[in-house]
Amino acid sequence: MERKLLLANAHIKGIETLEVYRQHGGYKSVEKALKTMAPEAILEEVKTSGLRGRGGAGFPTGMKWSFIAKPEGVPRHLVCNADESEPGTFKDRYLMEKLPHLLIEGMIVSSFALGANLSYIYIRGEYFYVARIMEKAIAEAYKAGLLGKNILGTGFDLDLYVQIGAGAYICGEETALIESLEGKRGNPRIKPPFPAIAGLWGRPTVVNNVETLAAVVPIVNDGGAEYAKIGIGKSTGTKLISASGHINKPGVYEIEMGITVEDFIYSEAFCGGIRNGKKLKAVVAGGSSVPILPTELILKTAAGEPRLMSYESLSDGGFATGTMMGSGGFIAMDEDTSIVKNLYTFSRFYHHESCGQCSPCREGTGWMEKILHKILDGRGTLKDVDLLWDIQSKIEGKTICPLGEAAAWPVAAAIRHFRKEFEEYVTNPQNIKDVKHFYRLNQLTEA
Amino acid sequence: MAKVTIDDIEIEVPDGTTILQAARMIGADVAPPAMCYYSKLATTGGYCRTCIVKVEQGSTKDPRPMPKPVPSCRTTVMDGMVVRNNTSPEIQEARAGIVEFLLINHPLDCPVCDQAGECDLQNLGYKHGAEATRYEFDRRTFEQIDIGENIKLHMNRCILCYRCVKTCEQITDGRVHGVLNRGDHAEISTYIEQAIDNDFSGNVIDVCPVGALTDKTFRFKSRVWFTKPMDAHRDCDKCEGKVAVWMKGNEILRVTGRKDEFGEVESFICNTCRFEKKSVSDWTIEGPRKINKKSVISANHYEETKKPTYLYDRVQLLNDGKKLPEVNSKDNG
Ligand SMILES: Cc1cc2nc3c(=O)[nH]c(=O)nc-3n(C[C@H](O)[C@H](O)[C@H](O)COP(=O)(O)O)c2cc1C
Ligand code: SF4
Ligand code: FES
Repeated sequence: MERKLLLANAHIKGIETLEVYRQHGGYKSVEKALKTMAPEAILEEVKTSGLRGRGGAGFPTGMKWSFIAKPEGVPRHLVCNADESEPGTFKDRYLMEKLPHLLIEGMIVSSFALGANLSYIYIRGEYFYVARIMEKAIAEAYKAGLLGKNILGTGFDLDLYVQIGAGAYICGEETALIESLEGKRGNPRIKPPFPAIAGLWGRPTVVNNVETLAAVVPIVNDGGAEYAKIGIGKSTGTKLISASGHINKPGVYEIEMGITVEDFIYSEAFCGGIRNGKKLKAVVAGGSSVPILPTELILKTAAGEPRLMSYESLSDGGFATGTMMGSGGFIAMDEDTSIVKNLYTFSRFYHHESCGQCSPCREGTGWMEKILHKILDGRGTLKDVDLLWDIQSKIEGKTICPLGEAAAWPVAAAIRHFRKEFEEYVTNPQNIKDVKHFYRLNQLTEA
Repeated sequence: MAKVTIDDIEIEVPDGTTILQAARMIGADVAPPAMCYYSKLATTGGYCRTCIVKVEQGSTKDPRPMPKPVPSCRTTVMDGMVVRNNTSPEIQEARAGIVEFLLINHPLDCPVCDQAGECDLQNLGYKHGAEATRYEFDRRTFEQIDIGENIKLHMNRCILCYRCVKTCEQITDGRVHGVLNRGDHAEISTYIEQAIDNDFSGNVIDVCPVGALTDKTFRFKSRVWFTKPMDAHRDCDKCEGKVAVWMKGNEILRVTGRKDEFGEVESFICNTCRFEKKSVSDWTIEGPRKINKKSVISANHYEETKKPTYLYDRVQLLNDGKKLPEVNSKDNG
């Protein structure tokens, strides 16, 4: 079922301007929160809503907020993570482009709840034009008294700045983002301490994804309990899905969590099926870092239940037969896709983006890329496939930040579910450049 | 105080102690190897991951195990924590993996490297490394550069432990040294080869666990195991003046800080002591430096030899319970 909560007004002409945004009920939550609610009450609503972070890890937002330290006289900060660099994810860009004021509104309310008077939007360098849109919207909000000193006469002050990154994926990791925001090299910090205790300039800081902060608006407007009614189980609310790959209608969709994956792929309301009438081969359901699943496992869980678009259902079966919701970057691949080639592309990305601080990721990502390149070049051996498996297992869980896992999981999943395809590449290298190659690969997968 | 059990050995340590420090208090055999941590420099550690250990029990209060291996150099102990290092096969395997990662892009040019014999990576590879490499691609290479007049940077050998970066941040004034680029192209550099010109810059040589930063006044003069380390001191207006001088005959070939059994200097020394005071008359020589017997450096010149205490038992075992004098007596065959 299509359910529009965040994007309900995205189609309205001029909605990116403050005037039109307010005509359609914009900034109601700021009035409500700042004038009638205590910060703790907002936190309670967010807890009740069951909202989980939309940046990838799915950590409950209310709980994250409750961890923030409140030492006397030390300022706190809210930072919006708009670095969105996970391959296959482009929902935050869409949201900021269409509804810049929704993010600002969410940030005002959230900053109020956290007691932050100086907040930032850290946006990736490639989103330069989006940063301009945000800056324009922020200027409008300042003019209307929604930002700055004494907002709407309530005595609450908030300054909001946009900071443009330089295009490094790693700066999406929250502590690397904080380093970068402080003007340093974007290296992830070694935790603890966590940002909630010592973040930006050593002060208590909350980092949240764009979509997470936007979702605070309906939560404050309608109440956490109302929000929690949407969705299924511990996956409450709606989720923006960036759908790409070999589907008929790629784009950003807002779904109510709990619809089936099958429905999402094949119904006309969403992806509209696989293009050119081809068959689906595999899906990367949550952005490039999450394990790839073959058709049978993405449509149905190992127990034979239909797989749903929700945190729990997507991870049902662990990594043996399941995957993760991640950031909601849904990449569908048709029968003509080479899993090995796709994996090489991912591995090249992680190698390129590793910050180089810790040895397993620094050395391991490059090594995996080189082996995959060798396999694609027709020089691979069966031993190389086992070696790839071994390398990924030696990276996973031994790094400073989760980029190590993000690089290891796709390799593990591709070998776990498509080993035969790797074997075909190394045993019949002469076929690699042959056009009928993919046809043979599919027969392998189906067998 | 917190009670912590490492490899079944219990020790009580002050709150805030890291697992690595606690293990070092028990003894060098229990302590995990540390390639990037340096107790004399703040915020070091956490990068190389060689010191990872398994936390089987978080604390008495919260006995859950930690889900992933943790870097012992950056994890503080909790009361009732149970840690495994040498007694965990998983950790041993994971560590072998880390060593392999550290070596795939290392040139393994030990025969022509000044650090050979006192190299932490060599020792680590000896203990945890594999016999052969599984890496078959080109290794990354860099040009050698001079960092100032007396220091050579051989970036090919660097393992990006960040110790030298922290040294420059913390004990020299004005940060002129850092990391360029990222991932496996990352390199240690003074910004655009700008020489470090500072009274304490030479300490980057001592903190470097490998042969990436070497002393140009000593390069290729001698293998370290042919030199004899002596404790020496002089009155110095910049540093404490307590050093180790490495001698061949009556010549001082190099001057370094005094390193303990974990490879850390007792105190940082100044460039004058390190690079300029190379004649015996500059120093008051205290006597031979005590160096771990297992180190190749101690070969040939251990002045005082202690009577080995274990010999009796060993000989007994080998000779059906006969005592040493009996074994050596004429009657015994
Ligand atoms: C390598 C890496 C890249 C990340 N990139 C992003 C990103 O682009 N956007 C984002 O919101 N979170 C990203 N994250 C997750 C953040 O670290 C953090 O968990 C998130 O911003 C928290 O927000 P949430 O609680 O609202 O999800 C990344 C994490 C890692 C390890
Ligand atoms: S896992 Fe990779 S990206 Fe993360 S800190 Fe280590 S080297 Fe940097
Ligand atoms: S010594 Fe602990 S990570 Fe390097």
